Amino acid sequence: MTEPSVTHPYTPQQELPDHPVPVMQTRSLNVFYGGFHAVHDVDLAFGHHEITALIGPSGCGKSTVLRCLNRMNDLVPSARVEGEVLYHDQDVYAPSVDPIEVRRHIGMVFQKANPFPKSIYDNVAYGPRVTGMKVDSMDDHVERCLRGAALWDEVKDKLKESGYSLSGGQQQRLCIARAIATEPDVILMDEPCSALDPIATAAIEDLMLQLREQYTIVIVTHNMQQAARVSDRTAFFTARPDETTGNRTGLLVEFDKTSTIFENPSDQRTEDYISGRFG
Amino acid sequence: MTTTARAPSARVDNPLPTVSLSKSSPRHGEKVVVGWLFLCAAFSVLVTVGIVLSLIPPTIEFFNRVAPADFFSTDFWAPTNSGNPGFGVLRLIVGTLNVTLWALLIAIPAGLGAAIYLSEYAGRTSRKILKPVLEVLEGVPTVAYGFFALTFVTPILREIWPTFLPGRLGEPPGIFSAASAGLVMGVMIIPTVASISQDAMSAVPSGLRQAAYGLGSTRMQVATRVVVPAAMSGIVASFVLGVSRAIGETMIVLLAAGAAANLTMWPNDSVLTMTTFIARTSTGDIGTGTTTYYTIFAVGSVLFVMTFLMNMVSIALVRRFRETYE
Amino acid sequence: MNGANRVAVAGARRTTELRLDGSGRGGRWKGEVFRALLIFCLVIAFVTLLAVIVQASVRGMPRIDLNLITQMPSTLDRETSGMQSAIFGTIYVMVGLIVTVVPIGVSAAIFLEEFADGTKWWVRFIELNVQNLAAVPSIVFGILGLAFIVRGPLDLGTVAYAGSLTLALLVLPTVILASREAIRAVPTSLRQASLGLGATKWQTIWHHVLPSAVPGIVTGTILALSRAIGETAPLLLVGATVFVTYNPDGFFEGAYTVLPVQIFQWAVRPQEEFRILAAAGIILLLAVLLVMNSIAIWIRNKYTRDA
Repeated sequence: MTEPSVTHPYTPQQELPDHPVPVMQTRSLNVFYGGFHAVHDVDLAFGHHEITALIGPSGCGKSTVLRCLNRMNDLVPSARVEGEVLYHDQDVYAPSVDPIEVRRHIGMVFQKANPFPKSIYDNVAYGPRVTGMKVDSMDDHVERCLRGAALWDEVKDKLKESGYSLSGGQQQRLCIARAIATEPDVILMDEPCSALDPIATAAIEDLMLQLREQYTIVIVTHNMQQAARVSDRTAFFTARPDETTGNRTGLLVEFDKTSTIFENPSDQRTEDYISGRFG
Repeated sequence: MTTTARAPSARVDNPLPTVSLSKSSPRHGEKVVVGWLFLCAAFSVLVTVGIVLSLIPPTIEFFNRVAPADFFSTDFWAPTNSGNPGFGVLRLIVGTLNVTLWALLIAIPAGLGAAIYLSEYAGRTSRKILKPVLEVLEGVPTVAYGFFALTFVTPILREIWPTFLPGRLGEPPGIFSAASAGLVMGVMIIPTVASISQDAMSAVPSGLRQAAYGLGSTRMQVATRVVVPAAMSGIVASFVLGVSRAIGETMIVLLAAGAAANLTMWPNDSVLTMTTFIARTSTGDIGTGTTTYYTIFAVGSVLFVMTFLMNMVSIALVRRFRETYE
Repeated sequence: MNGANRVAVAGARRTTELRLDGSGRGGRWKGEVFRALLIFCLVIAFVTLLAVIVQASVRGMPRIDLNLITQMPSTLDRETSGMQSAIFGTIYVMVGLIVTVVPIGVSAAIFLEEFADGTKWWVRFIELNVQNLAAVPSIVFGILGLAFIVRGPLDLGTVAYAGSLTLALLVLPTVILASREAIRAVPTSLRQASLGLGATKWQTIWHHVLPSAVPGIVTGTILALSRAIGETAPLLLVGATVFVTYNPDGFFEGAYTVLPVQIFQWAVRPQEEFRILAAAGIILLLAVLLVMNSIAIWIRNKYTRDA
């Protein structure tokens, strides 16, 4: 495999429609942790086979929004969600919806690579096994997913070795291979490169652009250059302190094509953040 | 493969097929498992209920036969005397407190001292070695302590007893004595006191210590005037738990304190504790329906209530301490 | 400069140093005495521990022989009496204890760590109950065993499993608390990875949380068992008392005795031969405990290094 280039010759804007054809949407999404209002009234649409970046200063609720999309926030006992999160026009918070089923359609890659303490092969095969997915040949499926995550050439001779034996960047690509093994149609990435060096980051960014061919991707990043490099659309969040308690509530400031956000933002706060005057 | 352009067709066709998000299977197995896990957790409550249930009915039966006043407010103890039985539990309580007193005289200062050393003086490495060794003391079987008290401490006490002391205190102890059992029990309880006290002291914020050092305090002043007062509720909790353990300990007193129900706080006397009475009487040949049999449960109830109250006080003190500093 | 001057200068310097030390006159001396007192507290504990071991060893040495494990207890052949029935009894009781307490204790720990909502009153009640149970005197469990297991509802009689069950209730809180600690130490990222793939909560626990927590659970369980193996008082109430000169017929048949109870039986007899036997039995019991604790420490070190 050739070393991935750091800059991408990719200029998608001429192809991108003005409004996303949404696979997922949030409508008046509000999140509370106990009495703390974490996210206020977020309306977003995640376009089919697009990469949407969520950016903003820390504490602005971008990760919280991401975790609502596949109901990972359910794991926080005090968390409460109001509004709607639509996936294929169904509210994933509807009572009839099973969060486990949601997560089988909406995969997730975490900030810190978290492979299972198992072999590389078992890491990838785990999802299909537990979800009872029917695959003709697990070996072929694992190979396909590892190829899909641009990891096959590096690990094909050591599939039985522990996932921990890989480098940080390889571990994160293994986690991506693991996520696509259950054949989701949306992949959520929570600052997937924050613990990686620039070379490994570039490899993951290349991979994201490939994955966009088949998946809808939502990425949280604190790296604005990364958002500019890979995403089609960008949502900028900020945090507003409550006048009485001082608790910071996350707000969506602006959501538009990435080129617009970075070159011609309509909100002063976005411009301040992009140009480095704030955050 | 490097993507430079996207296929326009990808979003021209309708991208939103209907997807079912309801449960693909009812997952009954999962519910059964969670139910089982809950039952296991609830089982611990059943154990407590079982203890209470095993104590209450025979205790009621006991009080049907013996007036509560005879049990609580007399000091006449002869439960097996068929002609003129006596059930004054006061003798057992005093006997228990006698041994407990000598145990605490060892355990509280030594446990607190060990805790201060471990928390304020010992370095990381020496603490790592000292603490587990101290905890080994807790793991020694109590029958071994009892044997040690009976065959080693008692002969030494008889040998070195300060016979020049006036009156009763000058008489050397016999084969069984509260002192021998109490001293060994005290050492056994040191780890209990030390480990809870040390946890409390270690939880005191280091800012308090630094402030005191900044005012020119010595290490001893910091330990005794800053850390110990700040950790006081945790330390008291360790004392209370130590008392509870001393009252509930059986084998040491069974082997070394004897079986004479003397109403005494002298260390050189033999005493009958509540636990000794329960162990001795229930292992003897006693019929299920006799009053003596029910006495075991009545004394057991007193023992359970006393230790239960102390455990609750200790737990509450530790919780209050945690809320202050964590 | 003559000698007297040198002494005077040195004395003046020392005095100034002491004053600047902040501890005032005699402060350093006081601090050293205090430190020595603290160390003395630890020494009391360690010397006693050493004395318990050395005394039993010296006393019991004449009877550390094969007869101790191959012969049955006897009141007649004091010179060759052994404790085989107690060894077998202990094995029976321990096996019964393990198969009872481990599934219940670990399951309860999983429920409390992974499923229970700690803000609910009844969860707090269960937790408080476990904490309290851990401090209930062991002989009270003997009363429970006598009333509910040997007689009463279960009516097992004085058989080995009655001892197992009584001890299981006694160490249940310890197993629960240790297992919770081990489960809590499993990183959340592992749970998230599995749940994020669409695994159910139980799949996540079974495939990832429990395997990672096993070393901790095993260590905690061994330490709980080493408490149980030395317990005497509750077993006195549930039948391990009579002088048993044969091995248990099974978990639910035949009388039984255990090591600490046999030691107690000998310790209360005044004859020197029995005292020696008791001491020998204590050495055997301490040796078993040493092995168990070493295994626990070995497991803990092995797995904390790998992780």
